[in-house]
Amino acid sequence: MSTTPTQTIMRSGLGRARGLGSAKTGAAHWFAERVSSIALVPLTLWFVLAVFRLAGAPRAAVGAWLASPFNAALMLALVLITFQHSAMGLQVVMEDYIHAEKTRLGAILAMKAVTAILALMSVIAVLKLAIGG
Amino acid sequence: MKDVREALFVGTATDGRTVRRPLSPHLQIYKPQLTSALSIFHRITGVALSAGTVLLVWWLVAAATSDASFATVSAVLHTWVGHLVLFGWTAALWYHFCAGMRHLVWDAGFGFELPQVHASAAVVLGATGALTVLTWLVGAVIL
Repeated sequence: MSTTPTQTIMRSGLGRARGLGSAKTGAAHWFAERVSSIALVPLTLWFVLAVFRLAGAPRAAVGAWLASPFNAALMLALVLITFQHSAMGLQVVMEDYIHAEKTRLGAILAMKAVTAILALMSVIAVLKLAIGG
Repeated sequence: MKDVREALFVGTATDGRTVRRPLSPHLQIYKPQLTSALSIFHRITGVALSAGTVLLVWWLVAAATSDASFATVSAVLHTWVGHLVLFGWTAALWYHFCAGMRHLVWDAGFGFELPQVHASAAVVLGATGALTVLTWLVGAVIL
């Protein structure tokens, strides 16, 4: 074990002295990204098995498969959590690389709109197949 | 310096020049290493998978719409370009899956020593290759 003093706070001394920090909601965002990633571990494995079952299958087979409430529920969970996780990840990427504030805000809002619409389209498609199929 | 916060951005480059620190690590400043390569590749596969979800949405919406639109998706996915995209999608999925697990282990507080970091990098790369090949082998056998 080293006896040299270690700094346990990942902020610069000047930043601490000035009381500077992001003062935003980084921790909640970080945590939600992890929680969604943990949920996606079993859902992804289930999805790969589902793809094995449905790849190349006729349309009627997809409808019959989603008529099972278990499959439909897991598919909805997969789609919703995937888009949530994806939107959170893309937001961080945009925050890191787009430096102009207005462009960054515009890009993040546009991305959130697109991911939300894609998620809703998937949900409606799954529900239509699950209930109407 | 317009703002006291600017003081936090004063740094020196490896050749001694005074520079404004980048907000996030810049690829053109850091020497490429296994750690940084896997890190940026996690991000790249994440963005690629986000784009790839459009395929899943298209497939679901087509299945919910009509036989004709479902036939179109099936036909496109069964071309060699479609297979290539799906292969890339599979590889990106397994990489992001394995590297994501590595991040979760780090988040739990384990595996920060450099030899462990290099070992887990090798495991991630090996598992990605193995799972990608396995997925397509199983697909080829059962389809």
